[in-house]
Amino acid sequence: MIDFEPTEEQALIRDTVGEFAKSEIRPRARESDEAGKIPADVLLRAHELGLIANGLPEAFGGGGERSALTGALIAEELAFGDLSLALAILAPGLLAYAVADFGTEAQKQRLLPALIASPSALGTIALQEPRFDSDPYRPRTEARRTENGWQLDGAKCLVPWPDSVAHVLVLASEGQSLAGFLVPRDAAGLRATPESYLGIRALATAELTLEGVRVPADARLGGPTGGHLRALVARGRVGLAALAVGVARAAFELARDYAKERHAFGAPIATKQAIAFKLADMAIEIDAARLLVWEAAWRLDQGADATREATLAIQQVRRVALEVSDGAVQVFGGHGYIREYLPEMLLRNARGFACFEALTLV
Amino acid sequence: MISFDPTENSTRARDFYRRVALERMRPHSRRYDEDEHALPTEWVEFYWNEGRKGAPGNLGGETDGFVQVCIQAEELCFGDAGLYLRMPTAALGGSAVSAAGTQEQKDRFLRPFRESPHPIWGAMAITEASAGSDSAAIQTTARFDEASDEWILNGTKIFCTAGEGASQIEGGFVVVWATVDKTLGRGGIKSFVVPARTPGMKLVGLEKKLGIRASDTATLVFEDCRVPSANLLGGKPKASLKTEPGRAGDKGFKGAMATFDASRPIVAAMAVGVGRAALDFLIEELERQGVKIHFDSAPRAQTALERDVLEMIAELQAARLLTWRAASMMNRGKPNSLEASMAKAKAGLVVTKITQKAVELLGPPGYSKKLLVEKWMRDAKINDIYEGTQQINQLIVARRILEYSSSQLR
Repeated sequence: MIDFEPTEEQALIRDTVGEFAKSEIRPRARESDEAGKIPADVLLRAHELGLIANGLPEAFGGGGERSALTGALIAEELAFGDLSLALAILAPGLLAYAVADFGTEAQKQRLLPALIASPSALGTIALQEPRFDSDPYRPRTEARRTENGWQLDGAKCLVPWPDSVAHVLVLASEGQSLAGFLVPRDAAGLRATPESYLGIRALATAELTLEGVRVPADARLGGPTGGHLRALVARGRVGLAALAVGVARAAFELARDYAKERHAFGAPIATKQAIAFKLADMAIEIDAARLLVWEAAWRLDQGADATREATLAIQQVRRVALEVSDGAVQVFGGHGYIREYLPEMLLRNARGFACFEALTLV
Repeated sequence: MISFDPTENSTRARDFYRRVALERMRPHSRRYDEDEHALPTEWVEFYWNEGRKGAPGNLGGETDGFVQVCIQAEELCFGDAGLYLRMPTAALGGSAVSAAGTQEQKDRFLRPFRESPHPIWGAMAITEASAGSDSAAIQTTARFDEASDEWILNGTKIFCTAGEGASQIEGGFVVVWATVDKTLGRGGIKSFVVPARTPGMKLVGLEKKLGIRASDTATLVFEDCRVPSANLLGGKPKASLKTEPGRAGDKGFKGAMATFDASRPIVAAMAVGVGRAALDFLIEELERQGVKIHFDSAPRAQTALERDVLEMIAELQAARLLTWRAASMMNRGKPNSLEASMAKAKAGLVVTKITQKAVELLGPPGYSKKLLVEKWMRDAKINDIYEGTQQINQLIVARRILEYSSSQLR
């Protein structure tokens, strides 16, 4: 039956994470952006909530309750607090979810227990490429068979790259198919250069160059024949899209509250239709985008192919997050442009969804 | 539980109405668009005799409730929005009776729609030449005549959908909004059921429109039109009628406005149906001409055409999901006026844009009367206007999200 109410358990998780985002994440958003650093204490407290572990297999120390829909609810709440911090908090899942979904039994046993137990991200994922036509389904980075494994060549960017990372899952084209390879941080031929972006400044990311990087046979995610990663892209888009909804909602709520406080011509600017209608449009677009994200997440939870739904969701949310955060800057006027207030940061962060293609966050 | 899975029942209903749309409506689309005020007899007879039965084997089992009603409306407007509005049903008049009427009134006015041997129509008359969105500015008056225990209506109503059938065919009725006391503003507005062919109710004209031409949009004049006191929706002890006419009608203006919380999701669903007609056709036609839409292409390597179509698909689905959400809240008995207005505002705008874009993207054939796309573009625009314009729905949404009253945000 078609319905739009989360289960009681989902609502409880959402509210708990929402409270955490409001009281622990949001107050640290500005300082993190300015310092270009994630506060370690927030990561530790987030780890205690067990958000990632809960969705990973019980056999390796997780909670065994994987749901893209629940993941989307969590991601939206975290990003409502702050996008950089949300990405950092969810980063331990980047490799863990990919291994859980596509890894061989041996890979799961080797990697998952440590990934699940660690409060910081021991692994990451390299998908985006520094080109205008960066294509998650057909990366330019190539994997070629060698005598006893694979050789990787190419370039990646926007790779979440905290100091704790030991492995990076590099997505590459292996002939016509999309495959992933586990590359140790210190592999010969892999060079990581720190990046600096318009937004998500608190999050450490790297540009990777891979020149003749050789990995052994068991480095291919899913084994020599398994691990067709097309489905990873849809899942990765759903997680990002949910984050974008959170950014948009943050911008909307700031704008709404400000418009009710700010007086001009003797009344709150929210009483003027030019402002009120803009806010109404924001609210409508955010709700619509969220429902598209839920639909894609729901399909993933049904075990169905969600390529179409995930693409529509991320494409829509990409636009909505940008428009709403830009609208928030506009509602704040001059105050939206100065760093004393958050809208300018939200606008910079929202534009980031133009570059992020897929990250396994749910 | 969040779910996008329709029940078996509504899937069967959807398939049934989709077949009706394609086999019983589309073949008549062009004819009744051109022959504007003709009665689409084949369609009316089919709907009255066969269509009302709904999907075969539809009885029993779990349904999607109000969401299913939206799905049916979408399918039939995917067929033809003008013919949909010409269906012999109680329509908005029925919604008003259901929302604000007493049990006795529901029985009296709605039973004929189950039992009449011939097709009948219901309608709602609100709009006047100088009172559209601002329905509190209504000038039509209702005066209580104690001697005869009747209400006497005087005024002129325009843009009354299905107004020809509802005012002329025995068994139908028109719900008329009128003020019992102009000094009371909105508080003085009540709704009255005027049965078809009541003396004093005159059909004086039918509009010629941009689209939905198969639908009869009537101007009705009320000249000392008398209805029994029992026809005041909501009813009220007669004793108070003379001294406190403003307190007559249990639910009054608010009750009448509540009609819209229930009807807006349906209107939004109708809009989605028209939009889907154009979008589905566009996608099939592009494919026939060698352009396939991919969902896995690199975002910045898409052609402008592909990008446009993907956006149209996403926007239409966004409108549909907002619509289903507003309807599903009714299933849960939750107030939904914010969500209903969100759905209506989004759907009206989206399908207006989608159908206009479809005409553009198809090139000269899209603009040609050889295809129905130009008609769907004309049909779609009404969804951004009736049942609350885009702007009125934005206003309702704005008031809700800002927690402002109608006097704080005008």
